[in-house]
Amino acid sequence: MTWEIVIGLETHVELATKTKIFCACTTAFGGPPNTHCCPVCTGMPGALPVLNKKVLEFAVKAGLALNCSITQHSRFDRKNYFYPDLPKAYQISQLYLPIARDGAVSIHTGAENKTVRIHELHMEEDAGKLIHDPWLDQTRADYNRCGVPLIEIVTEPDFRTAYEVVAYLEKLKETLQYLGVSDCKMQEGSLRCDVNLSVRPMGSMELGTRTEMKNLNSFKSIVRAIDYEAKRQIELIEEGKRVIQETRRWDENKDATYAMRSKENAQDYRYFPEPDLPPVELSQNDLDELRATQPELAEAKRARYQRDYSLPLYDCQMLTSDKALAAFFERLVALGTPPKQGANWIMGEVLGALSQRAMEAKDMALTAPTLARLIALVDEGRLNRNTAVKVFEAVFDTDQDVDEYVTAHNLEQVNDSRLVLEACVKVLQAHPQSVSDYRSGKEKAFGFMVGQAMRELKGKANPQTVNAALRELLET
Amino acid sequence: MELREFTALELGAAIKKGETSVPEATQAALDRISTQDKALNAFITIAGEQALDRAKALQTGVKGADSPLYGVPMAIKDNICTCGMKTSCASKILGDFTPPYDATVVEKLTEAGAVSLGKLNMDEFAMGSTSETSFYAPVKNPWDLSRVPGGSSGGGAAAVAAGMGWYAIGSDTGGSIRQPASFCGVTGIKPTYGTVSRYGLVAYASSLDQIGPLCRDAADCAAVLDTLMGRDPRDATSLDGPYGRLLETLTGDVRGLKIGLPSECFGEGLDREVKSAVLTMADALKSRGAEVMELSFPVIEYAVPAYYIIAAAEASSNLSRFDGVKYGWRAPQYDGLEDLYRKTRTQGFGAEVKRRVLLGTFVLSSGYYDAYYQKALQVKAVIKNAFDQAFRLCDLLLTPTAPTTAPKLAASLGDPLQMYLSDINTVSANLAGLPALSMPCGFDAQGLPIGAQLIAPHFGEGTLLNTAHAFQLDTNWHRLTPRGGKTI
Repeated sequence: MTWEIVIGLETHVELATKTKIFCACTTAFGGPPNTHCCPVCTGMPGALPVLNKKVLEFAVKAGLALNCSITQHSRFDRKNYFYPDLPKAYQISQLYLPIARDGAVSIHTGAENKTVRIHELHMEEDAGKLIHDPWLDQTRADYNRCGVPLIEIVTEPDFRTAYEVVAYLEKLKETLQYLGVSDCKMQEGSLRCDVNLSVRPMGSMELGTRTEMKNLNSFKSIVRAIDYEAKRQIELIEEGKRVIQETRRWDENKDATYAMRSKENAQDYRYFPEPDLPPVELSQNDLDELRATQPELAEAKRARYQRDYSLPLYDCQMLTSDKALAAFFERLVALGTPPKQGANWIMGEVLGALSQRAMEAKDMALTAPTLARLIALVDEGRLNRNTAVKVFEAVFDTDQDVDEYVTAHNLEQVNDSRLVLEACVKVLQAHPQSVSDYRSGKEKAFGFMVGQAMRELKGKANPQTVNAALRELLET
Repeated sequence: MELREFTALELGAAIKKGETSVPEATQAALDRISTQDKALNAFITIAGEQALDRAKALQTGVKGADSPLYGVPMAIKDNICTCGMKTSCASKILGDFTPPYDATVVEKLTEAGAVSLGKLNMDEFAMGSTSETSFYAPVKNPWDLSRVPGGSSGGGAAAVAAGMGWYAIGSDTGGSIRQPASFCGVTGIKPTYGTVSRYGLVAYASSLDQIGPLCRDAADCAAVLDTLMGRDPRDATSLDGPYGRLLETLTGDVRGLKIGLPSECFGEGLDREVKSAVLTMADALKSRGAEVMELSFPVIEYAVPAYYIIAAAEASSNLSRFDGVKYGWRAPQYDGLEDLYRKTRTQGFGAEVKRRVLLGTFVLSSGYYDAYYQKALQVKAVIKNAFDQAFRLCDLLLTPTAPTTAPKLAASLGDPLQMYLSDINTVSANLAGLPALSMPCGFDAQGLPIGAQLIAPHFGEGTLLNTAHAFQLDTNWHRLTPRGGKTI
């Protein structure tokens, strides 16, 4: 029998606000334990939460980008359970009226396009971290992360392969980064994903019993966990056994999932409306303004670059892979750089320089006017491409004035045909053997002579001019 | 006249005029506490030295003081956080808890020049109507030591009645200021929900809790509320206002004021003497020009069940943080995490708290939520609506605060349901978020104070206090003191 895998995702994303969701503590990652805390986020008696407006704004922006309908009258609820990383013994979350619902995201896997439905997106607070010391057999609680704002994005069970899951997560990451609402760093836990998976005979419309997998810390482990869990469930069914609805933990080192708790032992979270927070009212004006100020997302940019600049899809993908890079490209074009030339410089020199320095585009010193000027100098024939690359390397870290640099280092291209001709004559006289080789049909000799002439001109000549001059001398 | 017979405003004025000093008043209060409180047990923490240091420091600023209560010694219920001073909620589980921060109301009082004498005894986590559920032993009623002072702010009511401080800050979730005010013959007001910040009030039922004062009279209540009220950015449920100066609204003029008497509050179960005292008060207000009318308020019979479901539900969640992990008491012996939770909470909470936590956990459980909690919220909405209807006919409602005067100690503990039902007249104001006040309006044959309750629409504190003030201009019930003020 062939089996179909059915997957739904619950993704937790930490929002990139400066302060926590219900207090003014910093959201900075790390820090010595219990130093980013106050009475509110450590659940001291009598302390009260006050919603950080930025969290609402970020959640709505995310909801809009995922094509959700926004709940203008939403509410917070308490999710009650005991655990030492949760100081109030309840998490402030949204169950009954989440901020966004019924969205859709289109993903591309290979040649195929697919729409994944978003069930809901809600706001909530993160819990702290427990650190177990096996030596002392003690568990210590660090509440720095308590109250860091999260959005949880829940999809419908629309995925059929691990590759679709990864494509969705990449799209989600790209979208949220473009919006500036999250940095989505899986290794720092700012994007965490739980996978709900079931299997069913191909063609069946009924859903099988699902398991939920946690502790998936990278795209790689997500793919492997899906493969493992699908195989485990199929084998169980083929052996005539039943899949048990339960939560399972992915063990990275053992490449396997292990049962954590079954549905029978599932907690009753006793959700009820959070009485310390009034309902969240989002006015039509505020919503309209957020909608109007949504940035252009990567997909729209790609389409626009293809349409308006006639760039190949590959170039568009590279340019939009990073919001800062796309912005850099757009400024270049706005400064008059021909789009294809701008794209080539970015994909070649800029990305090369960044990767060499392990830097992100948003941190680079080089500004668009500087690169635009450099490209213009090549266009105007005042620098040759090779020299320009050297200038690029020289100014990349400092954003130094290109014209000054070129003048200071006397790098301007030699376009004076008399000087070029003199240099070529010199080369022909110095290398009679090459001349005769060329005349007897050895094209390689020509390249050698061009090189010699360029050397004579300290590399500053326009190679086309040198070519033409040499050919003329040799043919006559 | 002894200093302790002054109202808070009178004492404030005397301090301002130099007729007495802040240290002198503070010392007088501490002396009174030392003779009275062994019998009354109104205080959990007496901060004598701190109070005297503070009094000395304040005395230098008397001349420039703005507040009419500057330098007046008072005390704070032990569920309101005081930075550096133990805040136990009268519970074993918070027995060693010292908050690193002040409640907003404490900040405001400090700014206004209040002298805190210490922290007041109460029902554990404000759960109870007798102040007997305290881990630190029951409070006694100064009018009759064999009786309860009411609850949960029983320590505050007893302290003010016995002259141990000129006013007290309490909290009211279902009558916890008004009912003890009634039993102890003092004036207490629960303001409109959202007008006094709850930041730093250890939550019992967040949607119902409200801080307010217990005082000698209505004018003192107005002065304290003027200090406490106002929007607080740290409490998202606090309201924008308008906040006028209440003290300036006390004209005593009640001409044309329409006062409604809900017939349901004067029927079965009401003590005869209580009924007659409250009706006499209605007549007194009538003779000052108010109109008195009878009206029907049938939904009140659903108020108690709805209140106990909502309050218990919120309490079960609010008290979950007391788990022995972060602060407070932890069971000395336990085997693993589950056992740590179980033993700490089993041994750390008293019976009444556990009863309400269990009840609240039950009503929020999956499968019961709609039948109980959801339904209680609907009742709450119906009650709000019924008040809106009533306030189309009249400006205020007048009821007995409690159906009886103070019961004997231990009489209520065996029958919690009976105790819950005695909250019938007070809980609906909390459900609707309305301001409500209790004031002395007479005494029964046993010499116990009788309290009358006034309820007003949202932000109706001015009307409430002015009406009470008008009555207090004509009567001296509020100036009577237990045993004529003699030492116990």
